[in-house]
Amino acid sequence: MKYIKFLLVGILFGIILSKAEVISWYRIYEMFKLQSFHMYGVIGSAVLIGIIIMYLFKNETLKTYQGNIIQVAPKKKGVYRNLIGGIIFGLGWALGGACPGPMYVLIGKGVIAILVVLFGAHIGAFLYHGIKHKLPH
Amino acid sequence: MDFILQPWPWYVAGPLIALSMYLMFFFGKKFGVSSNLETVCAMGGAGKLVDFFKFDWRKNKWNLIFVVGLILGGFISSQWLTVNDNIALNPKTIQGLSEIGIYNAGETYLPNEIFSVETMLTGKGFLILIVAGILVGFGSRYAGGCTSGHGIVGLSSHSIESFIAVGGFFIGGLFMTWFILPHLF
Repeated sequence: MKYIKFLLVGILFGIILSKAEVISWYRIYEMFKLQSFHMYGVIGSAVLIGIIIMYLFKNETLKTYQGNIIQVAPKKKGVYRNLIGGIIFGLGWALGGACPGPMYVLIGKGVIAILVVLFGAHIGAFLYHGIKHKLPH
Repeated sequence: MDFILQPWPWYVAGPLIALSMYLMFFFGKKFGVSSNLETVCAMGGAGKLVDFFKFDWRKNKWNLIFVVGLILGGFISSQWLTVNDNIALNPKTIQGLSEIGIYNAGETYLPNEIFSVETMLTGKGFLILIVAGILVGFGSRYAGGCTSGHGIVGLSSHSIESFIAVGGFFIGGLFMTWFILPHLF
């Protein structure tokens, strides 16, 4: 039962991604073709509100439901990991038109072919950890 | 009710995405989807081959439940909250897509040229899908996050790492869209 809250947030997030058409391959394509403002608006306004939320985390106005301070774990430092990893991710994002969140949402929509993409994503994560000692970070 | 059934504009979706992020932190966790890929690998026994995956996947159960929610959200939305599957695209986008071999753009959420079951069962179609997935999985774990962790959380918290990663997302995405996609279909 203690997990039901995460299920509910997941349902909410899934509905948002679906209703805002973020799960559409076309929305990702037009974003990279610079032919529509939609995705920039979605990400931009999420980040704008996110900045306010982070500020309220920092000055401890917003806490967890148990009253604990919220600290956001910093991302790992390193130009190579973030830049090269980011580029590889971007190539896949534009090809399949889906980042990880939308892949799950599309399963719920009944898109069989997305299972191949999601399976590939697991192979990719596995491969990375298999060869990461050879990669620049 | 009609407002819910229509496609949601960006200024509704963006703040609601920020709200979803807030709720995960409110419940004492973090907001990031791609780490689930590692959790599922660990669950499936990948630790036998690669030491990294020897961690106890049970500690990430909350995040697996979250993505089960994503699947349910997609189901609920397509069953009851969507009146038609059209995506209203810029006519220039539709025209451009037909020139690279993707027709009837915007009549459904996804192009049949990539996502129909018939395409999936062809060698080339399968390859496109699996390569897209491998790139997303490899890249997101190399960079340590995807659109949620780096894009939303990272940019919101002014993380320089996330600015670099999101810059990378766009370099890769622009290159794929402008220079590779036109030759694939």
